[in-house]
Amino acid sequence: MNGPIALTGGRIICPATGHDGIATILLKDRKVAGIGPVEPPSDATVIDASGLVVAPGIIDAGVFKADTAAANAGGITRMVLMPDQSPPLDEPALVAYAQGSGKPDVWVHPLAAATRGLKGEELAEIGLAKAAGAVGVATGRHAIANARVMHRLLAYAHGHGLTVVSHAEDSALTAGAVATAGEYATRLGLAAAPAFAEALAISRDCRLAEATGAALHIRQVTTAEGLAAIAAAQARGVNVTAGITPAHLYLNDMAVSGFRSFARLSPPLRDERDRLAAIEGVRAGIITILSSGHDPQSQEDKRQPFADARAGMAGAETLLALGLGLVRDGVIDLPRLVAMLSLNPARRFGLIAGTLQLGAPADLMVFDEAAPWRIDGRKFHGAGNTPFDGVPTAGIVRMTIKGGDVVWRV
Amino acid sequence: MARTPSHPALADGAHPFPHDHLLGIAHLKPWEIAFLLDEAEQWVEMNRARAAKHDERLRGLTQINAFFENSTRTLLSFEIAGKRLGADVVNMGVAGSSVKKGETLLDTALTLNAMHPDMIVIRHAASGAVQLISEKVDCPVLNGGDGRHEHPTQALVDALTIRRRKGRIAGLKVAICGDILHSRVARSNFQLLASLGAEVRAVAPATLLPDGLDGYAVESFTDMDAGLAGADVVMMLRLQTERMEGAYVPSPREYFRFYGLTEARLAKAAPDVLVMHPGPMNRGVEIDGAIADDIARSAVTEQVEMGVAVRMACLDVLTRRRRGIEGWA
Repeated sequence: MNGPIALTGGRIICPATGHDGIATILLKDRKVAGIGPVEPPSDATVIDASGLVVAPGIIDAGVFKADTAAANAGGITRMVLMPDQSPPLDEPALVAYAQGSGKPDVWVHPLAAATRGLKGEELAEIGLAKAAGAVGVATGRHAIANARVMHRLLAYAHGHGLTVVSHAEDSALTAGAVATAGEYATRLGLAAAPAFAEALAISRDCRLAEATGAALHIRQVTTAEGLAAIAAAQARGVNVTAGITPAHLYLNDMAVSGFRSFARLSPPLRDERDRLAAIEGVRAGIITILSSGHDPQSQEDKRQPFADARAGMAGAETLLALGLGLVRDGVIDLPRLVAMLSLNPARRFGLIAGTLQLGAPADLMVFDEAAPWRIDGRKFHGAGNTPFDGVPTAGIVRMTIKGGDVVWRV
Repeated sequence: MARTPSHPALADGAHPFPHDHLLGIAHLKPWEIAFLLDEAEQWVEMNRARAAKHDERLRGLTQINAFFENSTRTLLSFEIAGKRLGADVVNMGVAGSSVKKGETLLDTALTLNAMHPDMIVIRHAASGAVQLISEKVDCPVLNGGDGRHEHPTQALVDALTIRRRKGRIAGLKVAICGDILHSRVARSNFQLLASLGAEVRAVAPATLLPDGLDGYAVESFTDMDAGLAGADVVMMLRLQTERMEGAYVPSPREYFRFYGLTEARLAKAAPDVLVMHPGPMNRGVEIDGAIADDIARSAVTEQVEMGVAVRMACLDVLTRRRRGIEGWA
C-alpha cells in the first residue's frame, strides 16, 4: 500500500460537496484525508496536477465485462456489472464471485439477474443476491416480456430496497430486429423494429414502478418518445431514472451504412431526430447517468454479416472523452458531467462513492480535458470494437487512483 | 432504342464502369447501368443463335458460384453465362460444405480466395454478407442476392427486358407488387428504375411495406387497383407460403382476392401493359396462371432469357481489368 498522496494545483470538482476550484487534495489510508489549502505531510508523494481536472473516479453503470485494464485507462474505478455473464448472475455465489473479480484495480458492483437464467419467467433469488453483494437487479440485455412477471419483480425488489435496471425494448416488436425501422434499414435490407418499441416498454415499466413504488432505472433511453414517457413519469413522482451511452448521443442510424457491424448495438442506433432528442434529454436533466455500456466483442463475433454479428461496443476507454463532448458543445457544464459519471450512479445504486468529501474512498481520476487524440480501437486495452474508430476527440485520463493506489498514469 | 446516355463524366474517355465488384445497384450511376444493359444486347443475339453459342473471352479464367442459399434459376443462369464465355465454372453449394460445419464466413472467403478464382458469384441469406466477402478476396465479386438487401443482376435483367419491350425506361409507370418487405429484387429495382427515370410504385398490404420508401422516390399503395392504374409495367413478386398463414397476411385466398393479378385488375393498367415476375411463381396466389402464360403481355420467360445475357455482360465487364483489355487497365 502506498503512502499518502497529495495532488496539488488541479481543478478539483466534486458535485457532492459542490467543490469546484483549484486546491490540493490529500489521500491517506485509502481515503480522502483533506481538501483545500492543506499542507502535505512530509511522507506524502506530491503529484503536480496543474492544468488538470481532479474528480471522483467514474462509476460505470452497466457494463457487460469487468475489464480492469480498459476501465483504469478510462478513469473508471467502479463498474456496475450487468448480470449477462456466462453463466448469468442468478445465484448468490455467482454474485459474490463477480463482486471480487476486479479487485484491487476496479471494484465491481454486480447487478443480480432479475429472473432465473435471465429468461424473464421466474424470479431469481434477489434477496440472497443482495446479501451476497448485488447493488440492484437487472433484466439483462432484453426486457421482461411478460407484464405480470415484471410487476412482481418490481414489487419484490422494492421490498428488498433494490433498484431494478430494465432494458426498454418491447420484446415482441423487436424480436429478430437488428436495426431501427426507417430508410437506412430498408435500404440495407435489415430486419427492423419501430423506434416506438422503446416508448411502449418504458410506459409499461413506469406504470408498474408507479403501482409498486419501486425504483426503476432504464439503462438506455434513446428516443424522443421514450424520453417523453420518462419525463411524464418523473413528473408524476415515479421513482424512475434514465441513462444513456455516448453512442446514442453521437451516432445515428446512418452509422450502420456499409453494414458496419461495430455499429450494431442494442438498442439499435436511432434516426437523427431521436439523437438530437437524446442530447436535449441530457440538457433537460431527464437523463442523469452516462455510462459506457462497455461490451467488448471478439473479431469473430463482429466480423460477420451485420445481422449475425453480436451487438455491443467497447466503451470504457472512450467514455470520458466522448462525455466531454457534451461540455464542449455547451449541453452541460463540467460539474454536471462529473455528476453523471460518478455521483448520480453512486446514489442510484447506494454506493458510498462518487464523492471527494472527507473520509470518502480515495477513488479519483485526473484528466486533461483539452488534450486531443484520435480514437483507435487497435490501441485499446482489450477488444477494439468501437463505432467511433478513427474519430478525433479530446480529453485524456492522466491518472486513475483506486483506493489510494495509482492504477493508471500516462 | 435508348442507348448509353452521353454523360459529361464519360466525355474525356473516363472509365465507363470503374467498379471492382457488382455488389448492388446503389453504387451505380445511371450511365453505368445503361452501359451494362448495352453490353448485354450482343449476348442476347448470340444466345439466340441455333448453332454454336460460344465465345472464348473468359478462357482460362475460373468462376466460382458460391451459393450459400438455395437457388435454381440464378445459379443456372450464372453457370451458363460463364460457360458461354469460355470460363471454367465451379459451383459450390452449401449442403455438406464446411459452412455447415461452423466455419465462419470470412474463413470460407479466405479459402475460396486461396484457390485463385478470377470471379466469384455469391448468394447468401444475410444482408451484407456479399460485401463482407468482397472485402477479403482479390477478384471481382458479383452479388447473386444477399438477404433482403440487393439482387443487382435481377434488376438489370428486368431493366433490359423492359427496355427491349418498351423501347425506353424513362417516364414509364412501373408497379412492383407483393412482398416488398422481404424482397431484395424490389430494393434493387426501386433504385435502378428510379435512377433511369421511371415512375415507381410499391403495391402491397401494409404489413409487407417497409418504412422509408419515400427515400427511394417510390410511391406506396395498399389498394392494388389504385396502384395499377395506368401502369406500363406490372412486376409481381413471390410471396412465400409461410408468410401467408397469418404472419403477414391471413391466408393465400385472402391475399389473392386483394393482391392477386387477375384479368379484371390488370384492366386498370395501360392497354399495352407488360407483366413480369422474377420467378418462381405461385400460380393462383399472386398471379393468375393465364396471364403469366400470355406471351403478348407476359415477359416471364423473356426475363429468364435476358438473365443469361445480362450475367454474361457483367462477367465480361468485371474481368476486363484483369484480362488487360485496352482502356481497362
